[in-house]
Amino acid sequence: MANPMQQFEVKTIGPKLEVGNFDISFTNASLFMVIVVGAISLLFVLSTQKKSLVPSRMQLLSEMAYEFVAKMISETAGDKARPYFPFILTLFLFVLFSNMIGMLPYSFTVTSHIIVTFALAIFVFIGVTIIGFIKHGIGYLKLFVPSGVPVVLMPIIVVIEIISYLSRPVSLSVRLFANMMAGHTMLKVFGGFVISLGLVGGWLPLGFSVALTGLEILVAFLQAYVFAILTCIYLNDALNLHH
Amino acid sequence: MEVAAAKLIGAGLAAIALAGAGVGIGTIFGNYLSAAIRNPSAAQKQFPNLLLGFALAEATGLFGLVVALIILFAF
Repeated sequence: MANPMQQFEVKTIGPKLEVGNFDISFTNASLFMVIVVGAISLLFVLSTQKKSLVPSRMQLLSEMAYEFVAKMISETAGDKARPYFPFILTLFLFVLFSNMIGMLPYSFTVTSHIIVTFALAIFVFIGVTIIGFIKHGIGYLKLFVPSGVPVVLMPIIVVIEIISYLSRPVSLSVRLFANMMAGHTMLKVFGGFVISLGLVGGWLPLGFSVALTGLEILVAFLQAYVFAILTCIYLNDALNLHH
Repeated sequence: MEVAAAKLIGAGLAAIALAGAGVGIGTIFGNYLSAAIRNPSAAQKQFPNLLLGFALAEATGLFGLVVALIILFAF
């Protein structure tokens, strides 16, 4: 049985390029990132070519994506978050398309690599922190001091709040990465069962594989949604300081 | 003890974390279902929260899985 981790291997495509100590050659991961960005651009460019009041199916698809994210932002972060709509739409679509394209057989899931998700999460984290300090100045630090807490507990609460704030990029990235990697490993393991049990007993894991593929498509959408909505929640903390 | 054997045992123990995720997901869907049966008109509005809770609960269990994989492959 093939190693279920083999699917996550990053291979170089074409010549090997190196700048200093860094390997910057084109890999299958970069190829699939290009495919993801290309697919998103193609969908939106093609579907908005012929704009009509009664939308065609393609136009409806992109309008649905737009409205979905717009509603999500206005519900969780309010009207002040309107200027950040393009960023969150891009983030949502990139994660969604990476997850969905990764579900195709023989393709590569970009988001199953911690470095990709961590890069996205750290950008969100740094951006939100900068926005918070620009909007509230030094008063943004009040985020770490919740109101209505007894003075005795204050030192502990502040430390906990700071730790939970700093762990946001880690939890945001590990959640997406772990979900995608675990799901794809599980699919491969069940696929291996089908082969090793053969014609006699292979039907049961085959059925499981089909069901798991359905579940994985749900998870692929859900994780993109969660990534985007958590970004909105963090943005809400920075824009509308509650405490 | 052999290091390889200890690694396998450790990875197996780390996967116990998924039990917690199972309990969490069961609680979320169970409570959503019982609340939705009591008040079906409010159910549709809370569906995004259901999905959010499901994903958050599942993720904590998967952190344990990541620990298992780190023990198996990174050490």
